Amino acid sequence: MSPFREKSKILDGEGMEKTVIRLAHEIVEKNQKDLGGLVIIGIMTRGAILAQRLSEAIRKMNGATLTLGTLDITLYRDDLTQVAQSPVVHETRIDFDITDRKVVLVDDVLFTGRTVRCALDELIDFGRPRTIQLVVLIDRGHRDFPIRADYVGKNLPTSLQEIVQVRFQETDGVDEVVIEEKER
Amino acid sequence: MTQWTRKDLLALEELSEKEIRLVLETAYSFKEISARPIKKVPTLRGKTVVNLFFEPSTRTRVSFELAAKRLSADAMNIAVQDSSLSKGETLKDMARNIEAMKVDILVMRHPSPGSCHLLARSLKIAVVNAGDGSHEHPTQGLLDLMTIQEKKGKLEGLKVSIIGDILHSRVARSNLWGLVKLGAQVTLCGPKTLLPVACERLNARTTCDLEEAIEGADVLNILRVQLERQHGCLFPSIREYAQKFCVTPERLRKAKKDLLILHPGPMNRGVEIAPEVADGPHSVILDQVTHGIAVRMAVLFLVSQANSIRKERHEVSV
Repeated sequence: MSPFREKSKILDGEGMEKTVIRLAHEIVEKNQKDLGGLVIIGIMTRGAILAQRLSEAIRKMNGATLTLGTLDITLYRDDLTQVAQSPVVHETRIDFDITDRKVVLVDDVLFTGRTVRCALDELIDFGRPRTIQLVVLIDRGHRDFPIRADYVGKNLPTSLQEIVQVRFQETDGVDEVVIEEKER
Repeated sequence: MTQWTRKDLLALEELSEKEIRLVLETAYSFKEISARPIKKVPTLRGKTVVNLFFEPSTRTRVSFELAAKRLSADAMNIAVQDSSLSKGETLKDMARNIEAMKVDILVMRHPSPGSCHLLARSLKIAVVNAGDGSHEHPTQGLLDLMTIQEKKGKLEGLKVSIIGDILHSRVARSNLWGLVKLGAQVTLCGPKTLLPVACERLNARTTCDLEEAIEGADVLNILRVQLERQHGCLFPSIREYAQKFCVTPERLRKAKKDLLILHPGPMNRGVEIAPEVADGPHSVILDQVTHGIAVRMAVLFLVSQANSIRKERHEVSV
């Protein structure tokens, strides 16, 4: 079976829901002036789910419907061959112009910063956004690049041997965040 | 999850159903790139693709070149009349020289069936078949599958009739392999002299009656009469061919309402297809051309990935 064992649970379903609502509040607070003009773009696959949930939370809270997009960064990766199996390319869906818009970029875990670097490169190929803000559910540290998030669900100090698993109902059948470690 | 591990793409005959589906899925994701304001991703940056075309081509050559460029690869075309083959060099030697210049992917169209297989065996770099004689044209087969699947939502159980010069058509062969593997029912239709009997062994129905091929069909794939490949008299005249096998609005009267009309191009209007049909509501001929770029991007991406992974493993093991 999986060579990883669960070490501790960081968030359960309820905890995750509260965190998403708090992040939504923070986004609304920081972008009060032109909330309706905000564009929210999730990085495939789990960032896209988180983006969906954030926009839903903002709609419930405020009535504002944000423009939603998804970004697949596979084609922009610098480590394509280092992934064990051939990577799966998903569809990027940004069917609106992002030029001069305020973009909120969403991912599940912020780790080395390489994914975000790819996402920034790809976004900029779609146009010239006014600003890009970054939301992550978990910031686990160990950055390779000078990248930071504007909104963080939870700061989680980890060791490099550990793996942070974010699971969503839509993809994994359960809402939770756990730390796993390699079986010795 | 299926993985692409092949160095080359030579023919649909050798691919499994899963491999074909993987290319189609990858191609769907690539389709969107050509609709972006900046139609380019950096995936194959630093890779070189050479297009070597020994037969005339507009669509396929431009399509491969655009596919490579939209993936940020460097693409170049070699026109055969300017090549050293005219000085007596063999194809293999020429290809080895191109390989020695550290090219990554060689896309070739050649009049001899099997020529791409020959090169694939003698080269370490990827070879992509862009049509080898009357053998196969795998990327055309794939883009036809993609077009049908996108419009119909599936391929399983669809009735697809391929009409025209089956004998000389590499498009027919690639279509046949792909369609049969993905569960479609294929009918081949044409004059008896252009209809190989052996196709029946591949579970395809054959008929010389165009009406029979149209009746109940979900898709018609209409082929050009390849006069350049025909030796001897296979039918009396182009006019007589058109009288019996041209797909016209009158002949489509009994066809299904949601019939799709495909044609791989170049079209001979009035010979195998009437202009009203080519430009009519059933026609998805230009969608095929759009999908061609997505399919070729997917193929270049997949063979390039497989070769990079192979190279890295080799370096590790050395």
